[in-house]
Amino acid sequence: MPLLSTTDKQAMTHYARWTSYWQAAPLAAVLLLFFVLPLVVTFIVSFWSYTGYSIEPDFIFDNYRDAFDRCIVALPDLCTTFRTYLSTLRFCLAVWLLTLVIGFIIAYYLTFEIRTTTIRLVLALVCTIPFWTSNVIRMISWVPLLGRNGLVNQALVGAAIIDQPLDWLLYSNFSVLLAFVHLNTVFMIVPIANSMSRIDRSLVEAARDAGATGWQILLHIIIPLSKTGIAIGSIFVITVVMGDFITIGIMGGQQIASAGKVIQTQIGALQFPIAAANAVVLLAVVLMIIATLIRYIDIRKEL
Amino acid sequence: MSEGRSRSFYVLSFLFGLYVLFLYGPTLTIVALSFQGPGGGMTFPMNGVSLHWFRNLWAGIGVPYVVDALLNSLKLGAFVTVLTVVISLMAGLAFRRSFRGQSVLFYTAIASLTLPSIIVSLGIALEFQIIDQSVKAVGDAYEIGAIQNSYQTAMGLMSSGLGAHLTWTLPFGVLIMFAIFNRFNSAYEEAAQDLGASSWQTFIHVLVPIIAPSLAGVFLFGFTLSWDEIARSSQAVGADNTLPLTLQGLTTTVTTPVIYALGTVTTGISFAVIIVTVSVVVSLQKRRSRHGSDAGKGLV
Repeated sequence: MPLLSTTDKQAMTHYARWTSYWQAAPLAAVLLLFFVLPLVVTFIVSFWSYTGYSIEPDFIFDNYRDAFDRCIVALPDLCTTFRTYLSTLRFCLAVWLLTLVIGFIIAYYLTFEIRTTTIRLVLALVCTIPFWTSNVIRMISWVPLLGRNGLVNQALVGAAIIDQPLDWLLYSNFSVLLAFVHLNTVFMIVPIANSMSRIDRSLVEAARDAGATGWQILLHIIIPLSKTGIAIGSIFVITVVMGDFITIGIMGGQQIASAGKVIQTQIGALQFPIAAANAVVLLAVVLMIIATLIRYIDIRKEL
Repeated sequence: MSEGRSRSFYVLSFLFGLYVLFLYGPTLTIVALSFQGPGGGMTFPMNGVSLHWFRNLWAGIGVPYVVDALLNSLKLGAFVTVLTVVISLMAGLAFRRSFRGQSVLFYTAIASLTLPSIIVSLGIALEFQIIDQSVKAVGDAYEIGAIQNSYQTAMGLMSSGLGAHLTWTLPFGVLIMFAIFNRFNSAYEEAAQDLGASSWQTFIHVLVPIIAPSLAGVFLFGFTLSWDEIARSSQAVGADNTLPLTLQGLTTTVTTPVIYALGTVTTGISFAVIIVTVSVVVSLQKRRSRHGSDAGKGLV
């Protein structure tokens, strides 16, 4: 499928036929060596066995049996793996809802309430800059606010709203959720704002002239036409949270399990084939989620 | 659109303000706390003002290799940035014409951006472990002394680490290039060629100047994403640690404001790169509007 208009291509017919191939070769090589092959290797190694210091070619299903240790026979009780996935999915859902609502509001504000392009660019930059700074630092920066002696507790105790400092503000599900939203809302804002910027303003004007209320315009014009942006943002946010082990590790005080953290722990124990089997399972779950969302998207139309 | 501001504008402006506070507030608190006096703790109130914790940081904070990690990250970031700009530009040019496999390549790049980093990182680690085991096996089988005595691993900052970072930075670069070339008017190139410019001259004197601001954008993404990368590096950098990885380790062990000082330095470097890039882009745009004000507005 051609990506550009025919006139554009005609203009370049004098380029040698193989030009595109050598120009695309470095990208293809990097992706093949450091993305495609590693995925293939992971899949293969998930059937291998291992000793204390090396992995051995084999064809066994023990690693998968290990990953789902007594999961089926124990039903309806949930085994560790199912519980971990359930907890991770719960985080996904909560983070997705929060980032969607916040991201949609910010994108709407930037696109429809800001009238000059310069100010819109500056405000969009203000929202994006933190994305270019360190995530670990941005997580640590909650410590002076949420800690036992942090600002929030100082304020609450000072205002006599509570007598004892709250313990659940930091290293808890709450702080993990807060950090996820803090770090990932930008992934919703950018694609949704991009979709919204393509909405023909005359549609909105026409609806208003025909007597539609603000809510009706939002519900019947803006949300349906932002669908692609919402889907792209959702894919980003959900895949980030599904595979996360850093945010949950730092903000959960290394006490909360997640699908990604399980893999990290097994790598730490040098149980590579088991980690590989778990990675394949995680990959399958993520791909199913993406497959559901991707129906709403043609990424290339968005660029 | 000349009516006065509606109520929703003020409500949304207020929400936007809250969001910005939420984004920047925490970072500002640790920047403030990093300038505490020697007796300062992990939270407010501040205990005097000094550069004590920065001196402490530069002295190595009693944790080895912090400065090494910083230099590792700078070096890796520089390589990743240059490669990201060059490879993305080349790929952007390639995608201007249709070629066999272009859809597969494009969606592979998108997949590389989307799939969980822990999986990519593990995959690269496994790939290099298999390489190592194979090399050692060959060394033993043919009794190659050089391998038997000195070969350790192919894994390292500049092999597996570099690759891991590129799988994260390149998709952003490719997307930016796609966005720019989708709107690119090739009439400028045709004009240059009609006037007898070679392909190379057209590239250097026409195409690159026009897309320079976007290349600066790719540069910005390349460096900042590499500088802060942690999930993909986690299993794939080998023996040398990068700064974010070291920092992650310190979060559980260090309980003094020195970790805030490190945070201030890291964020400062990110901001320096962002400000320089944004200024370059703005000045490029200004220069263009000064010198080429009639471009695209003539009788073409």
